[in-house]
Amino acid sequence: MKILVPVKRVVDYNVKIRVKPDGSGVELANVKMSMNPFDEIAIEEALRLKEAGKATEVIAVSIGPVKTDETIRTALAMGADRGIWVKTDEAGIEPLTVAKILRKIVEAEGPGLVILGKQAIDDDANQTGQMLSALLGWPQATFASKVVVGEGKIDVTREIDGGLQTLELALPAVLTTDLRLNEPRYASLPNIMKAKKKPIEEKSAADLGIDLSPRLEVLSTLEPAGRTAGKKVGSVAELVGDLKQAGVI
Amino acid sequence: MATLLFAEHDDASLNPVTARALTAALALGAPVHVLVVGENARPAAEAAAKLEGVAEVLLADAPVYAHRLAEPVASLGVALAAQYDALVAPSTAVWKSVLPRIAALIDVMQVSDAVAVIAPDIFERPIYAGNAIQRVRVRDAKKVVTIRTAAFAATGEGGSAPIRAITPADAPAGTLFVGEQIAASERPDLTAARIIVSGGRAVGSAENFAKVIEPLADALGAAVGASRAAVDAGYAPNDWQVGQTGKVVAPDLYVAVGISGAIQHLAGMKDSKVIVAINKDEDAPIFSVADFGLVGDLFQLVPELTAEIAKAKA
Ligand SMILES: Cc1cc2nc3c(=O)[nH]c(=O)nc-3n(C[C@H](O)[C@H](O)[C@H](O)COP(=O)(O)OP(=O)(O)OC[C@H]3O[C@@H](n4cnc5c(N)ncnc54)[C@H](O)[C@@H]3O)c2cc1C
Repeated sequence: MKILVPVKRVVDYNVKIRVKPDGSGVELANVKMSMNPFDEIAIEEALRLKEAGKATEVIAVSIGPVKTDETIRTALAMGADRGIWVKTDEAGIEPLTVAKILRKIVEAEGPGLVILGKQAIDDDANQTGQMLSALLGWPQATFASKVVVGEGKIDVTREIDGGLQTLELALPAVLTTDLRLNEPRYASLPNIMKAKKKPIEEKSAADLGIDLSPRLEVLSTLEPAGRTAGKKVGSVAELVGDLKQAGVI
Repeated sequence: MATLLFAEHDDASLNPVTARALTAALALGAPVHVLVVGENARPAAEAAAKLEGVAEVLLADAPVYAHRLAEPVASLGVALAAQYDALVAPSTAVWKSVLPRIAALIDVMQVSDAVAVIAPDIFERPIYAGNAIQRVRVRDAKKVVTIRTAAFAATGEGGSAPIRAITPADAPAGTLFVGEQIAASERPDLTAARIIVSGGRAVGSAENFAKVIEPLADALGAAVGASRAAVDAGYAPNDWQVGQTGKVVAPDLYVAVGISGAIQHLAGMKDSKVIVAINKDEDAPIFSVADFGLVGDLFQLVPELTAEIAKAKA
């Protein structure tokens, strides 16, 4: 069974982004970029399934402009076997469009499992996996925290409101990862060297027949309402007095 | 045409986030129908019918909708979509899983986590862990929108909408429900609580959560939350996680105990009315959003605070 893992290049989670003063977007020049953390978890899970003999090949795919291949390389350095890069002029392709592109890749590659991150930490949309699953007509399990692959099926424990839920999906299927699924490995130096020789196949959205025009028009990007630091209180008694005065207790 | 609101409920009762999402749905300006989908879900439908401003409640009650699995529920949503201009749901685990499926199947780009309705086709939504707010206009003829319920007040009760039973749609096979572990708790639900006490990595163990954090929560009548670090370490269950990738809350009072205040945590609680931080590091970033900061050891300060609150309430 092949496993396909879509990965996204995003602003590193440690960076506090700044909104451009003219409201035209977020400052992305000279900002550290990394693989979306949930996608690292997805790659890790695919690698573990391969190491356990449940999968034969792990393919990392990404959609984006120049330098997107760096993120695919990161996946290859972690241990993915090969990459697919769907090149675009711009970053920030909408989830619905990404799902349509991924459907084409799935149809061409025939994986038994697609594992995606539950959300990208830039647009925080939490849509792509569900959309892909719907377009393919495959079962889905979002927010996975445990995965057990069986014969033609997969048991997935999911983080839901109130606790955990376990589903059994017939393969092929689509999963999205939550934080507790695993702790992703770091790429070792020898593996980073090896990854340089692994193949990355380039495609264009036009080759796949997908229109990239956005459906949502971004009118402006605004600074959120700010919050200023209040005061430090000297004692528990003072705190309780302040909370009473604020009317919250 | 009307707006269809998907109700969050557990069949027996309606989750209070539904009334908040209703406020957003009503802001679109069209009549709002509420869909209650589940198994033995009439009690939830009756509760939905009482919400002010609801024009009609649709009840899809069938074994195939037990546990609200994404595939059958999405098929039902697709079958209903033709009659509506907008499909709206609270951003809960269930609807985060279902709505994008419907959006893809009717070829609409979804707006996730709306925090403001500016016009029937214009919404504001947070990006980058809430460090920027994007104002977007939907170009598709239909709108599919999930609502960040912490950003909307609840609509009141007093309505008496009719309840109409609807027949199930065809459901795809492939997904089987195996089991669920849902913690029963006497405490208020995180997303509905007026007060929340959250513990971080510094709490150190599940036992300490029970010994130190939970008594303070109980003294305040509060829900309990946690940072990702506390959940990852197994000190707290996953559904207590507050933050960018957990629950987003905006209670009247949020007490952060032994939490440093990483961007991802702040994303989930910085819209709380009053924030209290207890941390031994006076430079911890959490103090930059706290109205009241108490610097010191949580193991000394929290029990003191619990006693002081109990005294104040007695
Ligand atoms: C993809 C991704 C998603 C994430 N999503 C979330 C999310 O949704 N929610 C979330 O919370 N985090 C999230 N995080 C993690 C986040 O970046 C932080 O790592 C996490 O919030 C830290 O938790 P903490 O504050 O409990 O721990 P720490 O940062 O370790 O802070 C512990 C604090 O306790 C204080 N302390 C220590 N001992 C005591 C004592 N005895 N008394 C008082 N204070 C003490 C310390 O001074 C410190 O400030 C995410 C990270 C990533 C990469």
